Amino acid sequence: MVEKYRFLRHTADAKFQAFGTTLEEAFINAALATASLMWDLEKIEKKIEHRVEVKGKDLKQLLMGFLEEIIYLLDSKMFLLSSPENLRIGKKGSLYVLKALLKGDKYSEKYEIHGDVKAITYNEMEIEQNARFMVQVVVDV
Amino acid sequence: MELNKINEYTWEIPKTGDMKVPALIYTSARLLESVRRDMTLKQARNVACLRGIQRRSYVMPDAHQGYGFPIGGVAAFDMDEGIISPGGVGYDINCGVRLLRTDYTEKDIHERRTQLLAGIFREVPAGVGKGGITRLSRNVLLEVCANGAEWAVENGYGTREDLQRTEESGRMKGADPSHLSPRAVERGIPQLGTLGAGNHFLEIQKVSEIYDEHVSRVFGIQSVGQVLVMIHCGSRGLGHQVASDYIRLMENKFGTRGLPDRELINAPIRSQLGQQYYKCMSAAVNYAFANRQMIAHWVRDVFAKVMGSSEGMNQVYDVCHNVAKFERHRIDGKDKEVCIHRKGATRSFGPGREEIPEVYRSVGQPVIIPGSMGTASYILVGTSEAEELSFGSTAHGAGRVMSRHEALRRFRGEQIKKEMESRGIELKSTSWKGVAEEASQAYKDVDEVVNVSHKAGIGKLAAKVTPVGVMKG
Repeated sequence: MVEKYRFLRHTADAKFQAFGTTLEEAFINAALATASLMWDLEKIEKKIEHRVEVKGKDLKQLLMGFLEEIIYLLDSKMFLLSSPENLRIGKKGSLYVLKALLKGDKYSEKYEIHGDVKAITYNEMEIEQNARFMVQVVVDV
Repeated sequence: MELNKINEYTWEIPKTGDMKVPALIYTSARLLESVRRDMTLKQARNVACLRGIQRRSYVMPDAHQGYGFPIGGVAAFDMDEGIISPGGVGYDINCGVRLLRTDYTEKDIHERRTQLLAGIFREVPAGVGKGGITRLSRNVLLEVCANGAEWAVENGYGTREDLQRTEESGRMKGADPSHLSPRAVERGIPQLGTLGAGNHFLEIQKVSEIYDEHVSRVFGIQSVGQVLVMIHCGSRGLGHQVASDYIRLMENKFGTRGLPDRELINAPIRSQLGQQYYKCMSAAVNYAFANRQMIAHWVRDVFAKVMGSSEGMNQVYDVCHNVAKFERHRIDGKDKEVCIHRKGATRSFGPGREEIPEVYRSVGQPVIIPGSMGTASYILVGTSEAEELSFGSTAHGAGRVMSRHEALRRFRGEQIKKEMESRGIELKSTSWKGVAEEASQAYKDVDEVVNVSHKAGIGKLAAKVTPVGVMKG
């Protein structure tokens, strides 16, 4: 199986690289890496959907805004992400726009949440395109 | 990086390149090894390049790599020329510690400590996804953010005496919650009165050593074996959202060109955006004060039920770890107002400062330094020297040395619980994985951290406490 994401050494916070053959796939895998810090992705049922739309003046701001949706939906709606679907990235004027459908479930006692992602940071954030796309993110945990 | 050793506990990064001032690191030869391994020193140097920085960019003994500013970074800025930066405060605004004393001894509670811990675990919501008190309205939340712990006391959580023994008396007066984003409010509503997860915890502790009898007695700590309760948590999602909101607003307004790290984004203190951030940050500070006030109240309730009384459970103090404030300090012989950022640092004002509650003004403020899970914590006292050495600041905890991911790979929560039980410490948590991530081996040696603080003179040892029961969020 192709590696979706990988965690790297970091003293205090969590640092990961997520990969994809497209930028969209790399963003999806970054969302999975972020959620994996809080719950076991395989255990979350796909019962609820949240449509998200995020704008950014560059790709880094777009990535940050997208990943922030996961923690915002957790805190405000107790929503646990299983997988992002139909993710599309486009441009509107000078802004990047991301649309996606987030599938998952509402928190209940059957789920264990083992970590808290406080925020997504720009620290050491990288978005690269070589043979594959790679995005690197450090999140505050 | 080239460092000048000033003395046994102080190193300097000399002023070079774009640095406006040198950087000073309070550490020991041993702690310096781990500090050198990550980006702490580079980040301290970056902070020294920011506009209007005064005296030095300071690094506390427990420092480790942050984002933008290091964790354990202290910097003060000129009110007219300087900046205010969300990255200089951190995401968990007013993450802090509250300490309650009791008249009980370890022996008194020994038979009922399982009940006490279970009761606290039941009454204090913890872990991600756990709601707080019954659903608040938006207006009540805004009131909480405007009035902080005062709101909590007025609504039956704790006493007015608690307020006197809280930094800022439990309320930053500059708060203006009307500037909070709808998202910050939405995240704040379900989480008021919750401990949270990650490194946040609540401990029943016993005093295990008293270094300064006079100071300890003033703080209400009389004897070895006395039971204390420590509460460590912050402003939850509301504070995190304020940080994220203002990082975005500031970068959209001022751009990031010329900044060595995008997380150093800032605004002039006097600018509209700078002022708005200060008002929202203060609102988040107040939310955290109210949060700890409510949790302290529930802890007293549990003691009253299980032990028969919560009399004598006075608050020792409540300190902020992540905050920006306007304070007066002596700079170049002149008394001057500055905007001080403490990110993973505790204020440690010495005797006489009017910000300290009257009951402590003759000895200095209590500085509460939590250790990692299962290890000792310390009560220190602020010093007048600290005002000269670090704008009245010292360490805030142990500081991590290992990532959570690495800790998860190496440790098992169940094993850690067993090991702690063999040392007479009970543990309750919402998650085994969460326990493994917080293994004490993933942290610096807190004993060494407080020793450096003591020897460098930025916070003097008063007492050592060790856990009896630990509730991990």
